[in-house]
Formats: sequence, C-alpha cells, structure tokens
Amino acid sequence: MSLLQVQDLSIYFHTRNGVVKAVDGISFDVEAGKTFAIIGESGSGKSVACYSMLGLVPMPPGKIESGKVMFQGRDLLTLSEKELRKVRGKGISIIFQDPMTTLNPFLKIGDQLMEPLRLHFGLSRKEAWQRSIDILEEVGIKNAAQRMNAWPFEFSGGMRQRVVIAMALVTEPEIIIADEPTTALDVTVQAQILKLLKELQERRNIGVIFISHDLSVVADIADEIGVMQYGKFVEQGDRNAIFNNPQDEYTRKLLAAVPGTQKFCASLSPAAMIKIEDLVVEFPGGKNQDTVIAVNSVSLDINRHEILGLVGESGSGKSTLGRAITRLVTPTSGKIYFNDEEISHYSLARMKPLRRHMQIIFQDPYASLNPRMTVYDTLAEPLLLHGICKRKDLETEVFALMDSVGLSRESVLRYPHEFSGGQRQRIAIGRAIATKPEFIVADEPVSALDVTIQAQILDLLLELVERFDLTMLFISHDLGVVRYLSDRIVVMKEGVLVETGTVSEVFETPSQDYTKALLDAIPGKSLLDGL
Amino acid sequence: MTSKISTQSLDHDIPKGTSLWEDALVRLRKNRLSMIGLGFLLFVMIVCLLTPWIAPYGYEEQNLRLGAIPPSMEHWLGTDTFGRDMLTRIMYGGRVSLLVGFIATSVALLIGVTYGAIAGYAGGKTDAFMMRLVDILYALPFMIFIILLMVVFGRNLLLLFLAIGAVEWLVMARIVRGQIQSLRQQEYVEAAISLGLSPAAIIMKHLIPNALGPVIVYTTLTIPNVMLLEAFLSFLGLGIQPPESSWGLLISYGVETMEEYPWLLVFPGLALTTTLFALNFLGDGLRDALDPKASRD
Amino acid sequence: MWRFIGLRSLQAIPVILAVITVTFFLVRAAPGGPFSSEKAVSPQVQAALEAQYRLDQPPLQQYVSYLTDLVQGNMGPSFYYPGRSVDELILQGLPITAELGLYALLIAVIIGSFAGVIAALKPNTMQDYVPMSLAMVGICMPSFLLGPVLVLVFGIMLDWLPVSGWGDSYGDKILPSITLGAMYAAYIARLSRSGMLEVMSQDYLRTARAKGLPESVVILKHALRGGLLPVISYLGPAFAALLSGSFVVETIFQIPGLGRFYVQAAFNRDYTMILGTTVFLSTLIVVFNLLSDIAAAWVNPRLRYQFKK
Repeated sequence: MSLLQVQDLSIYFHTRNGVVKAVDGISFDVEAGKTFAIIGESGSGKSVACYSMLGLVPMPPGKIESGKVMFQGRDLLTLSEKELRKVRGKGISIIFQDPMTTLNPFLKIGDQLMEPLRLHFGLSRKEAWQRSIDILEEVGIKNAAQRMNAWPFEFSGGMRQRVVIAMALVTEPEIIIADEPTTALDVTVQAQILKLLKELQERRNIGVIFISHDLSVVADIADEIGVMQYGKFVEQGDRNAIFNNPQDEYTRKLLAAVPGTQKFCASLSPAAMIKIEDLVVEFPGGKNQDTVIAVNSVSLDINRHEILGLVGESGSGKSTLGRAITRLVTPTSGKIYFNDEEISHYSLARMKPLRRHMQIIFQDPYASLNPRMTVYDTLAEPLLLHGICKRKDLETEVFALMDSVGLSRESVLRYPHEFSGGQRQRIAIGRAIATKPEFIVADEPVSALDVTIQAQILDLLLELVERFDLTMLFISHDLGVVRYLSDRIVVMKEGVLVETGTVSEVFETPSQDYTKALLDAIPGKSLLDGL
Repeated sequence: MTSKISTQSLDHDIPKGTSLWEDALVRLRKNRLSMIGLGFLLFVMIVCLLTPWIAPYGYEEQNLRLGAIPPSMEHWLGTDTFGRDMLTRIMYGGRVSLLVGFIATSVALLIGVTYGAIAGYAGGKTDAFMMRLVDILYALPFMIFIILLMVVFGRNLLLLFLAIGAVEWLVMARIVRGQIQSLRQQEYVEAAISLGLSPAAIIMKHLIPNALGPVIVYTTLTIPNVMLLEAFLSFLGLGIQPPESSWGLLISYGVETMEEYPWLLVFPGLALTTTLFALNFLGDGLRDALDPKASRD
Repeated sequence: MWRFIGLRSLQAIPVILAVITVTFFLVRAAPGGPFSSEKAVSPQVQAALEAQYRLDQPPLQQYVSYLTDLVQGNMGPSFYYPGRSVDELILQGLPITAELGLYALLIAVIIGSFAGVIAALKPNTMQDYVPMSLAMVGICMPSFLLGPVLVLVFGIMLDWLPVSGWGDSYGDKILPSITLGAMYAAYIARLSRSGMLEVMSQDYLRTARAKGLPESVVILKHALRGGLLPVISYLGPAFAALLSGSFVVETIFQIPGLGRFYVQAAFNRDYTMILGTTVFLSTLIVVFNLLSDIAAAWVNPRLRYQFKK
C-alpha cells in the first residue's frame, strides 16, 4: 500500500483573464523509501500540484476541480483547515527552494526548529531542544548545541538548506515534498545536499516527492518520474524507462537538452587574441570590511577562434574576470592585451573604438535589456554609435540581425517585457553581435533559462561562432554546458585559476582535487556515462 | 526614442509594441479614484488660473453693512465678517496655495534630482559623503528652522518657497540616488558601457527614463505635503501675510469665528482637504501604475 | 551594540553643535534689535540693556560665552519677559508638551499599527478599505483643521468635552491628544500595512504555514516583527513632527506648553527664547532620532549581530 495516492487531481485558477488549468488531471503514488520526481519547466504546475495537497494554494483564485489525495486513510482535499494543520509539518513536510528566504530572519534557528515539535507533540522546551540538537547533528551541522542560538544569516546557503531539511525532518514525517531543494545552490553543495537527502530517506524510510526542472539532478535519485507540461503528465513511469526509452516528444526534447556530448575539437590556431598577465582585481570593502580580492594574479591566453570555458562556483571571481577583460571593471594591477594592445588602464574614451570588437552577453535576460527601448532601438544603438551602417540601411541591418538570432521581424517594435526569457536572450545576443565583434564574453548566458530553451540558445551561440568567426570566453557554473561548447576549459576557485586544459584533459584526467570534486558533483553523471 | 520603421521590408503592417509608459497609462485609467482625483485637480487648477476673470466679486470688495451671512444665492459660500464673498476669497487663496505647492515642489525636485543623481552616479566615497550629509540634515527639526527663518527674515513669499523646497528635497534626493544606484548595476547599463556609449548618453538614454517613474510618483505626493506645510505656517500666522491669502490663512480666520459663522471654517477647510485628497489619490494611483511591483498586494 | 550606540551618539554631537551655531548667528543676523519695536529709550538705558544681554560684545565673543553658559545649563534671560530666564520657561512648558506628545504618540502607534495590520491581513476587502480610507482622511485633514472641527462638534455643539486648557478640568486632555495623534496614526497605519504586506509575501511565512502553525501564530510570531520594523524606524521622524504639530495644537487649545511658548516667542521676537527653544527642541529631536535608530537596529538581528563583533 502506498503512503500517498494522488488520483486525477485538477486545480484551476480562475483569473480575470480566464481559467488557467494549472494542474489538469494528474495521478501518482508515493511509496515509502522511494522518490517520485516531478519534472517540468517553470509554470508547468508542478509546485501547485504539491502545495494544493496541504491547502497551501490560495483559494480563490485557485480551485480544486477534481481528484483525491489519500494519505493515512483520509482524503486530504476534504479536510478542514484545522485538520490539515495537523498533517502539515507532521505527516508531510516541505523543503522549499531558496534556503535564503525560507527561514525567518527574525528568529533564532533553535526557535524555528523546536516550533513544530512543541506544536505537534507538545514537547517541553527541554525535550524539544534536545531533539533539535540531535537532528541538526544528523544533517551534518557541527557544534549543533551552539548553533541552536544562531541567526539564519550566520549560515551559508548550503548550511541553511541543511537546517531547512532538519526542520522538515524533525517531526519524523512520512512524506517530504522537496521543491527544487538544490536549485539555488552551487554544484558541489548541491551534490552534498542530494546525498544527504538520499541517506536520510533510506534510513527513515520516507517517501519523497522531488520537484525539479532539471532532469540531470533527478537522474541520480528518482525511482519514478512524472514529466509535467501544461498541468498534465505527458509521460510517467520508472526512471530507467524514461531515460532509456522516452515515449513522449517533450520528454525527448528535455533529454536532448541535457548537454551531454562533447564538442568536436576544432584545430586550434595558437595565436592569442587576449593575453592576461598577473591580473588582480580588488574591490574595496564596505565599512569594517576587508578588501575583497575577486581575481588574484590570473594569467591566461585566449586563442583566436576558440571557445574557452571558464568554470567556477559563485564567488569564484569568474564574472569579475570577464568584466575586467571587457574593461567594465578596472583591474587593480596586471596587464590585459587585446590583439597585442595593452588595454588594462585605457580610459573610457580610449576604449571606445575597441568596444566594437569585444562584446559581452549577460546572464539575466530580464535585466540586460533596457525596458523602455524597443528591439529596434536596442539593436540600432550599437549600429549607429559605431557607424556600422548608414542611416538609410539601418532598417535592413536591424532586420538582418534579427534574422541571424532567430527573432521574428514582426516583433521589431516590441518592448522587452513582451518577450519570453529565451527571446530576450536572443535580443541581447543580437545586440552583442551587431558590431561584428571578434571577441565575446558570454557570462552564464543560459543559466536563467528553462532547459529546453538553454539548448536552443547554446546552439545559436555555436552557430554564430562558426558564422562570424568569433572567439568566445564562455563563463558558467555548469560543467555539462561548458563541456558541450568549449574547446578548452579553465577552472577558477577563490579568484585563482586552479586548472587549465583541453576538454578531454580536464574531464578525463583532472589534476586538481577541486576539479575532481566539481566533476563528481555534476548531477546526472549516470546519465552521461550511460546507464 | 521613437523609431520610424517603414513597412517596405514586410508586406504587411508591423504590430506596435506597448511601452511601459503606455502600460502604466492603461493601469492608471482603470483606477477610478485616481481619475476622479485628476479630474478634480484639473478643475481646481483651471478655476484658480482664471480667477481674476471669473471670480464673482472683487478680492477686496467689502460690504460692511452685509457682515457675515451664510451661503445664499448671491454669495454661494457666504461672506466673512467684512462682507467679503467667501467663494472669491477661496478662489484667490487657492491660487497662492497651489502656487506654493507647485513652485516649492519644483525647487525640491530640482535640488533633489540633481543631488541624488550626482551621488548615485558618482558612487564610492563621494556618494557616501553626500548621503551622510542628507542623513544629518534629515535628522534636523526643519519645521523649527522654517519658523526661525520666517521670523528672522520676515514673512516673504519667495523665502517660503525656498525654505519649504529646501526641506522637501532630502527625500527626493534619497529616492533618486537609490534609483540611479540600482539602475547602474543593471546589466543593460553595463551592456551600454560595453557598447562604448558615453556617460552622458547612458544617463540620458538608459538611466533617466527608467528612474522617472518613482520621481513622478514622489513629486505628486510632495505637492500635498508642501501645501500642508504652507497652510500650517499660515495658520500660525508665520506664512502668507495679508493682503495675500491662502487656504491656511482662511482656515485660521475661520477658526476665530467658527462658533458664530461655521461656514467661514468649513468651506476653506473643504477646499484644502478635497484638493489634498485628489493629489494623494492621484499619487497612489500613479504609484500603482508606474511601479506595479512596489505596490503589489 | 554598544559600539553602534557610541558611534551614533558621537555623530549626533556635531549635528547639535551645528544647529546651535546656525541658530545663534541667524538670530543675531535678524534685522532690528530686540528693543527697536518699543518706544525710544535713552542711550543710557539702551546701553545698560545691551550690556545685560551681552549685546555690546563682538558677535564671536557673544557666541563663545553663549556656548559656555549653555554647557552649564544656562540659556540666559528672556528678552520679552523681564526677570525670567529661558531655562525657567522651558522647564515650565516641557512637562505639559511631553505629556501631550506621549498621549499622541501612544494613540498614533497603537491605533495606527493595529489598523495597518488588520488591513494587511485581508487586502482589498472591506477590512482593508475602511481603515485605509480613514487613514487617507487622517492624512488629508491637518491638525489645524481637525482640531477646530473637533472643538466645534464635541466641545460646542455636543458640549461633551472642554475645549481649552490642560489639566484644568476633567477630560480636557482628550481632544488635544487626538488632534495631535490622528495624522501620525494615519501615517503609521499606511506604513504598517505596506510593511506587513511585504512580509506576508515572504517565503518564510509559507514555511511557517507548512509547519502546521495556526494562522494566529504565523501572524503574531513570524510576521509582526518584520512587518512593524518600518514603524519603529519612523518613530524618530514622527517625534519631530509631533513636536512641530504641538505648536498648532497648543495654540488651538490654549495649552501652556513649549510649542505655544515657541510660537509666541516668534511673534514677540524674543530672541533668547527662540534661540533657547530651538536648541533645546533640536537636541531633543536628534536624541529621539538616535533612539529610534537604536531601537530599529535592536529589532533587526542582522544589525545587532554586526555590531556585537
């Protein structure tokens, strides 16, 4: 008998603009000690489905149209708010996505941990205190007794997520809903948290519903998978079946989007376009804070016509390095050569003629476009500024750019907020290639996008590199993406380059422990290596 | 930033996008309270503008025999103790109140936006110093200082504009500086730098249009504050001086005789309150329209 | 935390000094001496008077001796009330104004935050519209209008409450306190509503609900702290505003407090009194801003933590 049975669950949102079928007739079972993974892109209804079981979806506008959720012999959907409260946190706990915002910043960790114990079991403060310490130790928090008195902001992201997990486990629930629990974390931390979850689940025989947008994360931990699109499961079944023999078109698209294969290595021409020597970038700290050394004596060559992948976790200084090369940031010391010209301390005015030869693409397509400029204005700006084309040819040129990045000409007069994330990124790429640059820094250009869109944008980038003979510094935290695209890889940690090599060197014979740790942390390794 | 596109490259019309301004306008139009507020304000402004031509009586036209009479067909809002027509006096008073509101707000706007933009764009130590100064000034009891100024230099209308404007610019400077600072870190500004745009072009094309929304909102909300301040001072007898008049002054006269002639208090009070209402409703509506995220419930 | 308090207190000193300096020279720069309005007096009497008020000294020396006196708590004699010192007048008015301000502040904070929280719990329902409409009325109805209207209605027409004085007759403190507190209650209601709405959309409230906590605990334990933070930061500026508001309220209700003295001093061109009260009130306001900053930092664990180290 399964712990939880969901039958034909439908939840619609009745909004002013019509009915949105957020969840449309899904059914699944959760077994003790097993993980059921729900995969879907943002807006597919995966979170709504799970929160509705516990009455955490605001109604109205939400409305349960049909279905049953059987748990401990009762249909959760028919319970009163009061009865539901006894299930929440006791029978079923939730681990939310972003550990930075799920803990109350105004309460100590201990208070927050003890709260469900005292509420559901009526434990005394002393008993609850001891139980909380035990659970903190179990999730791997050292000095648990002292840490009980700490504030949430005193923990790093990974540690906070451990606290959140502890909070979910402290009442010994039968089921845990994990809603993208590692999406906000760095890869190596993600690997640790996934491992922890798996261990705890096995030890305590908990049923887990694991919500994710990322097939590769799920590959290592799921027993069963439901692929969700527009509120429906387009495919549902055993993990191996889904990965080896996907039936649905959409599942295949998702699988194909996992950047697995390695790029065919182009023959390298050794001429360096960018040469960096002993580059240091420091940021003055605020009050009572030390200076931050973001980039610490980095030396690096980027050869003509190569794609160099720059890998590192958040805070490693990889973005700062990219911004220093394009001189958005002034280096503290060291030299940067662009085509043998030293540009490390050029003024804004002296940089200007060089700007058309080096461009940058940013991570967040929502922030990288001026919300008050149409596509036309955005693309025309660089063309006019650098006199790329005459005014009368401007229109033709803008249309040509839109064609190259795969934007419909019809949308030329639209504003950024009228586009999806992927389309916005296309506009940003169009702006970057408008001046026909030789060199482009791509700073995490796909990490804010849904997986299927990621694959499209990566392919667009590859195509443009071929077509315009570009040289590219591709910055990413995602080794899989970097492997898909790059000729060579450098690994950065705490401002220092720790490893450099061709893709096969770095992936097959990493020389540094840190690189090995990063490689081990790649989610869905089993997927890449073949099942 | 309007773009001219001939449709020759396509065989049919290109659909025009909706800019954020147009979006905001649509949202504002849907806000009934704001639209009523806007309509009322326009009405009051036009009446005040045309007062010298449309006022039913002369400003100083006394009729001592008449004395204070309640509202009647000849004098819609009654007369004061000198037999002067209240409607006329309220219309003339409104001219001064609105004038103070708009001019002092412009002063605040001018100083605040310039100061805030410089601090925000300069960043670093300059910014820290400039904003620290604002913090310090903000901690000062400005009402007391305005009274002091009025006492020391006499009750001068121009000085009143300057003094009130000088108080209200602080918040404006903070808002603009915060806007510019957060906008500067936006990637589209970095993108503009990496395209090679000059600082002036970046400020004009990328920063100002995006910082404008909150400035408009705050300006709308500053005007009622300023009008209140003026009325407050005039009420105490430290602002506008006779023979000039303002709503605050009329209220203060009204208070003296409110037991016998309550209409002398009620009508100027209504004029001030309804105008403040209209401005506040418009300001709230503009905030909802221009910055839907900040006021999302 | 002590470091924070120490640092902020140190910053307050130059501010207060600047206020004293500016006020002093502003008052000295005022056209016409304090006695020019009165009848012509003989040169001897004029000289004697000027000596008594130290007006015969050069300005800088006057300034220095004023500062020295001030440190010793002596603000000099009043120009207008011969034989009475500024200290005496301030001490006489202070308790009354302080009491009035306290009542008004209590009304503002209690009613204001209650209304704001109530409104935020059910946004866009009657429970939101009613208190927020009242708040809007409060903001658009300045004290110099609200006061007379209250007097007219409750004092004269209904004859329920006395309309002037302070502590002279039963219930005469009610109307002035309401008049002074109303507008700030309205501000605080709006502040706490938006603060609560902000907090209510935070993820950690969802966490609290997912634990199975009843809604009352979710609101009282998890939401209130963060939601009322802006109100605490507003208390400093609110205090300054209350003080200036007391000028009007004390005038309307004929309350012999500091505010009325200040306005009268302004009319009477009682320069030493203006100087003294300005310095005194400014110091008070700066101190209150400091206290409200400290309180805000105290509630915010992150700030508290930063300064503990």
